Amino acid sequence: MTGAITVRRWTTSSIVAMATLGVLLILLAFGPTFLGPSLTDRMTTLFIYIILAAMWNALAGYGGLVSVGQQAFFGLGAYAAIKLSHAGIEVYVALFLAPLLIGALSLPLSTFALRLRGGEFAIGMWVFAELMHLLVNLDGLVQGETGTSLIAINDFAVDARRDYNYWLALAVMTALVAAVFFLLRSRTGAAIQSIRDNEEAAASIGVKVMATKRLIFVLAATGCAAAGALTLSTLISFQPKTYFSVQWTAYMIFMTLVGGLGTFEGPIIGAIIFFIVETIFGGSGVWYLIGLGASALIFSLFFPRGIWGTLTDRFGIALMPVGYRLTFAKDSGTAEATTAA
Amino acid sequence: MMWFDQILQGVFLGGYYALLACGLSFMFGVLRIVNLAHGSIAVLAAYLVWSLAEQTHISPFIALAIALPIMAIAGWLLQRTILERSLRSGSLTPLLSTFGLAVVIDNSLFQKFGADTHSLDIGDLAYNSWNLTPDITIGQLALLTLVVAVALLGGLQLFLSRTPLGRAIRATAEDADTAELVGIDSRAVYAAAAAIAVATVGIAGTFLAMRATFDPYTGATQLIFAFEAVVIGGTGSLWGTLIGGIVLGVAQNIGSQINPQGFLIAGHAVFFIVLAARFFLAGRDPRTLFRALRRAPA
Repeated sequence: MTGAITVRRWTTSSIVAMATLGVLLILLAFGPTFLGPSLTDRMTTLFIYIILAAMWNALAGYGGLVSVGQQAFFGLGAYAAIKLSHAGIEVYVALFLAPLLIGALSLPLSTFALRLRGGEFAIGMWVFAELMHLLVNLDGLVQGETGTSLIAINDFAVDARRDYNYWLALAVMTALVAAVFFLLRSRTGAAIQSIRDNEEAAASIGVKVMATKRLIFVLAATGCAAAGALTLSTLISFQPKTYFSVQWTAYMIFMTLVGGLGTFEGPIIGAIIFFIVETIFGGSGVWYLIGLGASALIFSLFFPRGIWGTLTDRFGIALMPVGYRLTFAKDSGTAEATTAA
Repeated sequence: MMWFDQILQGVFLGGYYALLACGLSFMFGVLRIVNLAHGSIAVLAAYLVWSLAEQTHISPFIALAIALPIMAIAGWLLQRTILERSLRSGSLTPLLSTFGLAVVIDNSLFQKFGADTHSLDIGDLAYNSWNLTPDITIGQLALLTLVVAVALLGGLQLFLSRTPLGRAIRATAEDADTAELVGIDSRAVYAAAAAIAVATVGIAGTFLAMRATFDPYTGATQLIFAFEAVVIGGTGSLWGTLIGGIVLGVAQNIGSQINPQGFLIAGHAVFFIVLAARFFLAGRDPRTLFRALRRAPA
């Protein structure tokens, strides 16, 4: 065994997968022309779920930060869109700007929040979400739990609005997932993954733990705010209770855990599974919620790497190459070792 | 005088928060787990005691006496089935699994009992009070809650410092591997600690049912209040938890005088102010500040 080692990012399967994904995205861009009204609406919802799952995974799976308060940004994103629109900004511009505004707001917050550890961070964020909910309720425009609506969006015809919402959601989802993808492939990505694996060890070899975590925190806040603004574009009505509900975080945790915490593809798969489960069982009420909670519990205990993580561990597949593969040249044939992606 | 009354009632409310936070604080201190199902377990206990009292027409206090061993067993099972396994797979897993458990408990309660709010019938105790002055009254239930909280926290403190099991729990919390070396079965000790913690949650749940109405989704708020009391008082300290509960209760009562929504806002605000103050003071030893001040003129 002579030591010729080649380092590869791309494998045949990942090239095929990425090419398929590219084609799929182009196809999806034309979605409204062939999907029909109700499916277009449903797909918009799926895109929002993928955003939520990808953001929560970035935070918990890569940043090691379990937050039970991401609904804070979800609610604030929708609220900011309402405020901007009310201030006279064109409604789709407002929907686009709102998440950026909340992302900027999360930067000073991160200084404070990231000093909390483990469970303190988890519930601390929840308390933050509760506080934001109460403060938004105080706004005369919102009128407490009565809520308000994104009235300006009614300027658009129902059909046009549906298509715009779809495209906006698709674009935002693609941008955010791509942001995570390129972040993980970059130099920062190596830092992020080292922090995920062992924070103390990463710090000891010079990884800027705090700065890296802050980047993820702000990205996740922006993404969740975008999901909130997009949800507002589809629901139009804004009742603080709905948007600041911890239920959203429960969904995020379910999607990420089932798909695969700390894997890139996992949360996307988790979001699709959640979307299907919701479509089939969503009407069955409480049993459906019990099932979601039980799944999160069972996956966290018995399959901590989720469906996708378990598959990659067994078969070494990677559709979206965020890691590296080492190929050892042997006397006969090659053997592959995959770095954890 | 109105302010004095608000503060006094806040202290009594704080007694309830301390009672509620006791199990959370104890479990964090010993097992290093922030149990996100804490509030839901308290509500589960409230339903258990309420069902016992409603169906058999016994006194709520006898129902509590029956519920306590049931809750202790539940705590033991919780540790053996969920927490033990969670702890083995890293520090984040307990958060995820207990959050999943909370969702399961809340919705199962809804499935079984529906959305109606309930309250434990305790007869006159709910209304009886003593008048200190014509303006200031002390509710009997409020006083009882505070007394039980102090007794429970004090009892736990005594138990930890004086009894063999208490010593074993402290040793295991300090360093489980070393505790094993001197013959302590850390697995059994952890399970015992979880049983004790959940039994105290049973007491808290009973008082929750006595002092207010509850429904299947009351757990989340209870978890947040308990957590705020623990953090304000300083994590891992039982007497700190009492002080934390009282600070929270007083802040909420004062807040409610300022704005109808002020009750919750003031509580959350105090929580964040205490955290911020702790971060600001971290690494700054007051003695060095003092020394620097003395040295300055020379």
